[in-house]
Amino acid sequence: MRDPILALLAKEPAHGYEVRQRLVQALGPPGEGLNPGQVYVTLGRLEKAGLVAVEQVGQSSHPDRKVYDLTAAGRERVAEWLGDLSWPKVTPTDFHLKLVAATAAGLADPVALIDAQRHELLRQLREVQEVTLAQPPDSHGGLLLEGAALRLQADIRWLEVCEQRWLEWSTR
Amino acid sequence: MSAAGARPIVEARGLTRTYSANGVPLRAVDGVDLAVEAGETVSVMGPSGCGKSTLLHLLGGLERPDAGEIVLDGRRVDRLSETAWSVVRRRTIGFVFQSFNLVDELTALENVELPALLVGASGRRARRRAVELLEQLDVADRRHHLPDRLSGGERQRVALARALINDPLLILADEPTGNLDSRATGEILRLFADLRSSGQSLLVVTHDARVASTADRLLSMRDGAVVGHTHLGGVSPVGSVLAGLADFGDAEGAR
Repeated sequence: MRDPILALLAKEPAHGYEVRQRLVQALGPPGEGLNPGQVYVTLGRLEKAGLVAVEQVGQSSHPDRKVYDLTAAGRERVAEWLGDLSWPKVTPTDFHLKLVAATAAGLADPVALIDAQRHELLRQLREVQEVTLAQPPDSHGGLLLEGAALRLQADIRWLEVCEQRWLEWSTR
Repeated sequence: MSAAGARPIVEARGLTRTYSANGVPLRAVDGVDLAVEAGETVSVMGPSGCGKSTLLHLLGGLERPDAGEIVLDGRRVDRLSETAWSVVRRRTIGFVFQSFNLVDELTALENVELPALLVGASGRRARRRAVELLEQLDVADRRHHLPDRLSGGERQRVALARALINDPLLILADEPTGNLDSRATGEILRLFADLRSSGQSLLVVTHDARVASTADRLLSMRDGAVVGHTHLGGVSPVGSVLAGLADFGDAEGAR
């Protein structure tokens, strides 16, 4: 959750509840079950790690008077994360949030991010298939590889849908 | 891939094809440049309607471009007459289609022989080569069957044998696995891999990621134009996907 939260701060500094709102909005229904405390805990850890800076604003009686902003190191970390293609370590949810955050902050072209990720998945699929072709056709291990190939194909199809949708949004 | 400086098998420059859709001109292929080097497999991906099939038809002379040029084996072909183009095509290009396009009334063997007979090979020579190819593609035992007695995978293997009979410089394949199940797709991919290692040049238009990923290079098309170009070979910069498959949920020291 650390990287998506950092990236959601790239657009502009925000209160914790705003960060949570951005996150919930981007996630849709799955975001509704999100524990609010988790966002604050994560922001606290990011602060300790020197990736976000906190400014106290308003009256001290207000419960949420902290405004979070990225530090230079935080910005660097966001850029690094946007370029990280290591699927499935970067999960579909991470990737979706990348697109939302990068577009909101004007940090990257979503279609270029999708293209890069899709090419990486095609490369992985190629690797799986090369190994599969070298196997005797009906081995046990081949079945595991076939599962990997099917998951990659499903992810590639999803990225194609992402591309279509982000293209439509960008021309609107 | 060919040595530097070798000329491409096929090269297209500024290839354009416009259709009229309800009086509105639609650029199905819009200024495409591409080259396929000897021994190279290039795949073209893109959403349906992006112009990838039209591009393949243009390269194979099944349709004519409105603008641009095509150089096949060092020879400008886009201005050839229909007759001259079809002679060049039969000798240099093998086609593989999604719907196989076999002649229903001819047996598998006769389908494969046909293009050889059309370029003037003797009946005996055509037969010998056809049987050889059907054996290589593991469908020789089905050679006396009509296409409707064959499974989809068998039909596509027969179609591939037919495409190969005149030793084409280039195979053009349009959604070759579009009508095949997963197992038959795997068989076709295995055959494509064999073709590649024998030095065959291939251009494959597909929306099947499994097929596209086997290429040396991948072109992405959108709205008639090539919008992306990737080399797929080599090691992934983010490491092997296989390592992840030997990752156990309870691994000691994980995370």
